[in-house]
Amino acid sequence: MANFEPVLLKNVGVKDSHTLKVYKDRGGYKGLDAALAKSPAECVQITKDSALRGRGGAGFPTGVKWTFLPKDYTGPIFLCINADESEPGTFNNRILMEDDPHQVLEGVMMACYATRATVAYFYIRYEYGHAFRRLEAAINELYKAKMLGKDACGKKGFNCDIYLHRGAAAYICGEETGLIESLEGKRAWPRIKPPFPAIEGAFRKPTVVNNPETLACLPHIFTRGVQWFKSIGVPADPKNPRDVGSYGPKLFCVSGHVNKPSCFEAPLGITCREAIDVHSGGVWKGRKAKAVVPGGMSMGFLTEAELDCKLDFNDPIAKGCLGLGTAALMVVDDATNMVDVLFNSCRFFSHESCGQCTPCREGTAWMTKILSRIRRGKGELSDIDQLLEVANTIGTMPGTTICGLADGAAWPVKNAVQKYKQDFVDFINSKRSIIRADELVTAGAH
Amino acid sequence: MPVLTPAMVEKIKAFIPRYPSKQAVTLPALHIVQDELRCVPREAIVEIAALLDLKPAEVDDTLSFYGFYRDEKHKLGKHRLWVCRSLPCMLRGGEQLLAHLCEKLHVKPGENSSDGKITLEFAECIGACEQAPCVLVNDEIKGNIDDAKADALVAELRK
Ligand SMILES: Cc1cc2nc3c(=O)[nH]c(=O)nc-3n(C[C@H](O)[C@H](O)[C@H](O)COP(=O)(O)O)c2cc1C
Ligand code: SF4
Ligand code: FES
Repeated sequence: MANFEPVLLKNVGVKDSHTLKVYKDRGGYKGLDAALAKSPAECVQITKDSALRGRGGAGFPTGVKWTFLPKDYTGPIFLCINADESEPGTFNNRILMEDDPHQVLEGVMMACYATRATVAYFYIRYEYGHAFRRLEAAINELYKAKMLGKDACGKKGFNCDIYLHRGAAAYICGEETGLIESLEGKRAWPRIKPPFPAIEGAFRKPTVVNNPETLACLPHIFTRGVQWFKSIGVPADPKNPRDVGSYGPKLFCVSGHVNKPSCFEAPLGITCREAIDVHSGGVWKGRKAKAVVPGGMSMGFLTEAELDCKLDFNDPIAKGCLGLGTAALMVVDDATNMVDVLFNSCRFFSHESCGQCTPCREGTAWMTKILSRIRRGKGELSDIDQLLEVANTIGTMPGTTICGLADGAAWPVKNAVQKYKQDFVDFINSKRSIIRADELVTAGAH
Repeated sequence: MPVLTPAMVEKIKAFIPRYPSKQAVTLPALHIVQDELRCVPREAIVEIAALLDLKPAEVDDTLSFYGFYRDEKHKLGKHRLWVCRSLPCMLRGGEQLLAHLCEKLHVKPGENSSDGKITLEFAECIGACEQAPCVLVNDEIKGNIDDAKADALVAELRK
């Protein structure tokens, strides 16, 4: 992939890249023009043909999702843009929204046209104030240029409004039905599915939920073509009829113990090792990686020996992880104890569980308590089995919870206990106590 | 005397045409109120409910889900300073930074500094992990914060 040309980040770093003028001067809104010259059905077909898969975590084929909308539906259809981006380690969409908001908005408008959605609700986490203001200014520019509103872009019958909606600091608003409930002004309690949002979503109407990066791929697919998109990444495995491939450019975030943490663009399917050594300056302080999270906290851990794992939609699963997730790598060096790392993960999910399902609410809290006990030097070896037992019983996979948060909470525990058991055994046997300053200060808060 | 000023009411009403249901204006309304009053007082809940044709209990039910909103007894200081404690920040000193700020401001997370200028909070990943450890000042991210930068930031916020 020596001649890989970044497209998603090509405007980032360019002066005034967030303005309509600069975006257009650099070729922006040509994808939208191409889409508007076709019928919505043709646009859905192109998206399907590209085999574009969602970048928000689940990797669901975007065009296929759009076909789940009811045919010839005459009522309103909504698009929700999921910019809640709260999966630890993930910040690629922040960069897109801050430095190239028009690229995302072009994708939004194309998706609205293809799905016949007339209103797009752009749900953005509250913490992204800068991105919010950049998007707000960009949307205002579009209304001024008559590219939004009734008969948008001068296209008769293309009515498209985009409204920004700010969240209130809750990870669960990133789960698509939690997002919809939150948008409706309720507690962000994920809904039992089915019905899926395409049938009954926001305000009980057919709704498509997509991630900003997913939508930002659309302008490039429509200007450069499906063949271009499919020339990048990892082709579908011909021996596996269910594999739809991992095509296209992807934004990877790398953070933690590396020399140069960053967000960069590369083809799907680069290896974890390349992401760390080539793109992030290697592990810091001349150390080795002990564990690498391949795609946001929920995905679990790869060991140093597994770092040739391809970052596509399949290989992390083959290595025992939950999936590619958000392609946000978090690198943990070999001077770090996995007890600490896992405690941090469990504390996060326990704090963010919406509390609706007993196994998730209690299970995440219980795992956090067990790890906290271990950290205080009060652990027993049987605690390790206890952790695994809880992890194995919570989630949509064992079928005990409504949403995937619990699976995401369980996976790091399963991986850590299986892949780093000795760390836990040694720590428990040492009876060491590592209650740190932070735990004293945060005890009791929220 | 209503607690919502006419300007706040106008701002809230401007959101109504955007959605098929008035209830969807709940979060925007709560943001508008808390941004100005630094909390959402009991009477504001009643007044928002009246504006949105809801029962106060419905607004309260939503509000109480999001740990983000404060009641009158826990009014925010002038600035809300969030310190990220999730894994990438933790790996690069985020938790020590939180401990440092607690000590410096003589507060626990969630509390206000005695001059009322700063509310210190911990945050889960604020989406700026490439700049770990980082903090959020109200809704603006500040990255690569060491103790010295944290002290300078505190001095600025206390002005
Ligand atoms: C607990 C949980 C949190 C999630 N958080 C996000 C998020 O912050 N952003 C996002 O795009 N998708 C998130 N998702 C996935 C969404 O439910 C949904 O699949 C996605 O937004 C669809 O968009 P895509 O197909 O374009 O990826 C989350 C899922 C779960 C279970
Ligand atoms: S699994 Fe957890 S986060 Fe998801 S709905 Fe149930 S309690 Fe809420
Ligand atoms: S972990 Fe602190 S910003 Fe992501």
